[in-house]
Amino acid sequence: MSVEPYLVLSALLFAVGAVGVLVRRNAIVVFMCIELMLNASNLAFVAFARQHGDLDGQIAAFFVMVVAAAEVVVGLAIIMTIFRTRRSASVDDASLLKY
Amino acid sequence: MNLLYLIIAIPAISAAILLLGGKATDAWGHLLGTAASIGAFVVGVIAFVDLLAGDEEALRQELFTWIDVRSFHVEFELLFDPLSSLFVLLITGVGSLIHIYSIGYMDHDPRRRRFFAYLNLFIAAMLMLVLSNDYLALFLGWEGVGLASYLLIGFWQHKTSAAVAAKKAFVVNRVGDLGMALAIMLMFTTFGTSEFEGVSEGVASATNATATALGLLLLLAACGKSAQVPLQSWLLDAMEGPTPVSALIHAATMVTAGVYLVTRSSAVYAESEIAQTAVIVVGLVTLLWGAIIGCARDDIKKGLAGSTMSQIGYMMLAAGIGPAAYAFAIFHLLTHGFFKANMFLGAGSVMHAMNDEVDMRRYGALRGVMPITFLTFACGYLAIIGFPGFSGFWSKDKIIEAAFGESIVVGIGALLGAGITAFYMTRMMIMTFISEKRWAKDAHPHESSLVMTVPLMVLAALSVFGGALLLNSWIVHWLEPVVGPEVHHELPLPAIVITLLVSAVVLVGAVIAFLTYGRKPVPSVAPARVSLLTAAARKDLYGDAFNEAAFMRPGQQLTRGLVAFDNHGVDGAVNGVAALVGGTSGHARRWQTGFVRSYALSMLAGSALIVLALLAVTLA
Repeated sequence: MSVEPYLVLSALLFAVGAVGVLVRRNAIVVFMCIELMLNASNLAFVAFARQHGDLDGQIAAFFVMVVAAAEVVVGLAIIMTIFRTRRSASVDDASLLKY
Repeated sequence: MNLLYLIIAIPAISAAILLLGGKATDAWGHLLGTAASIGAFVVGVIAFVDLLAGDEEALRQELFTWIDVRSFHVEFELLFDPLSSLFVLLITGVGSLIHIYSIGYMDHDPRRRRFFAYLNLFIAAMLMLVLSNDYLALFLGWEGVGLASYLLIGFWQHKTSAAVAAKKAFVVNRVGDLGMALAIMLMFTTFGTSEFEGVSEGVASATNATATALGLLLLLAACGKSAQVPLQSWLLDAMEGPTPVSALIHAATMVTAGVYLVTRSSAVYAESEIAQTAVIVVGLVTLLWGAIIGCARDDIKKGLAGSTMSQIGYMMLAAGIGPAAYAFAIFHLLTHGFFKANMFLGAGSVMHAMNDEVDMRRYGALRGVMPITFLTFACGYLAIIGFPGFSGFWSKDKIIEAAFGESIVVGIGALLGAGITAFYMTRMMIMTFISEKRWAKDAHPHESSLVMTVPLMVLAALSVFGGALLLNSWIVHWLEPVVGPEVHHELPLPAIVITLLVSAVVLVGAVIAFLTYGRKPVPSVAPARVSLLTAAARKDLYGDAFNEAAFMRPGQQLTRGLVAFDNHGVDGAVNGVAALVGGTSGHARRWQTGFVRSYALSMLAGSALIVLALLAVTLA
């Protein structure tokens, strides 16, 4: 079977995620868009694994999932803390670290 | 003889004791200093008698190997040959008399012990200079006397003028020393040695250009030490030092080191016509230059200093003429050492009596109150103008004769110098000892004590009878092993005519001085309306003005320019680069906005760029 539709879907999901990261201010939404991009890449990995007929891509996808889970834990904790101190979840408000 | 080293060691050790001993030696420092000088004189006389009696041409003593680095080899060897022997006797003999005189002259000075330490240091360095067998060791003494001269000119350093004069002497001498250092380097590179004999042998087979370069460099060195034009400017200021210093260092001994150097390097000058002519020109110019300055100066010591320059000019002239007159250069050097030291000490005695007044316009009629000083000064006076029978007559007459043998122009120049000498010395004599009293109100002149007048008497006797060295041409034969046999030039006039001519010119000079200063009262303040020549002579013929305009000002401009270049050019480049980097980074850091989303955009753009690049590479 052809993997092309999966790859197209993966590219679309990635594009949606990337645009979401760039245009949304709410940290939670940005986070979800990052998840979307990660999963888009997972889909591409799995599709390629299928095309090549080996397990390399699937293993990579598992790695991405593990990293994504860890990232969610740390990231959400940071977002929570920021929200508690500043009463805001906007990524643009947390811009103190600059020139 | 193995005691030769003692001649140098005795004064050197005495100087060390006096300098290191400090105040503990204050009570007897002057006695030790004088004893050291006399001790060196005694050893010198013993060595001289040895040389006189023995068959050898010279006494030598090898002390140690000074430098031994592969091909660079210098033995520290003392050489006591006829030329050195005369210098040793002059330095230690006149030096001892001046030490004795200084006991009285410096009696009231709280730093008398230090003064004697410096004098001993000078004697040791000067003896090193004349006893060395090697230009490098000579240079050691050469610099040593320069140091002693500096210390003694600036002895009264609380006076700004003395401190400045000392510095000036030191700096001008450095110019000459440069010539000396370059000459020694040239000797090493071309002959591989700086020993007198090695250089004499080497220069005989060297090219004419090498000999000329060597001769001119040595002449530059001699000009610095002997205050010859164009490095003459320091000598008149050097009179800021105590008078015994002027007598010993700046009249009798150190300033004649240049003549010694030229005579010692006779082999070099024999090979180069140009260098020899340069020495003659320098000598001739200086003898007239100094004499003209001497005519206009009212400061008795500066008048004598001008005269010293002029007389050393005579010696240089004689040394430049070559084998025909080397012996007479040294002969005049010796007689000049006697009569000039005599007159300087006499001037010191007068200053001592007149509350350190140096202006001759405030003297007058001192012959009555200071008979011994007057009579001894008169002996020096008659000797320097060349009164028949006195020592200066014999030596100067021989030089003028040799000058006529060289060329008629040089002869006339030397003859003219003799006339001017008679003029300014007669003027000095009249203004100081004759004419009417022009003393300051609080002046109570008195004759100096015996400790000062006895050296005067001895030097006066030497001034009168010093000509005896020429009996049977003794000095000519004595110096033959060093400078070669005397060569006789054909004279344009018979010798006796020249002698009469010299005496006539001297008489004319003296009579003019008498008519100008002796027949009407001398104004006690220098007249302001004077001829152009007098005004120029009062300013040392604009020697200082020339140095200032030609060297000091451009030097200052150069340093200012260099500072400006350093501040703006070098610093500017460095600071400019720093400012550029700083400014650029100041702008570049604006990219760090702190907005996470802008970072995300740049990451995305970067990633996209990489992907596109990969694609381009893969598809291409």
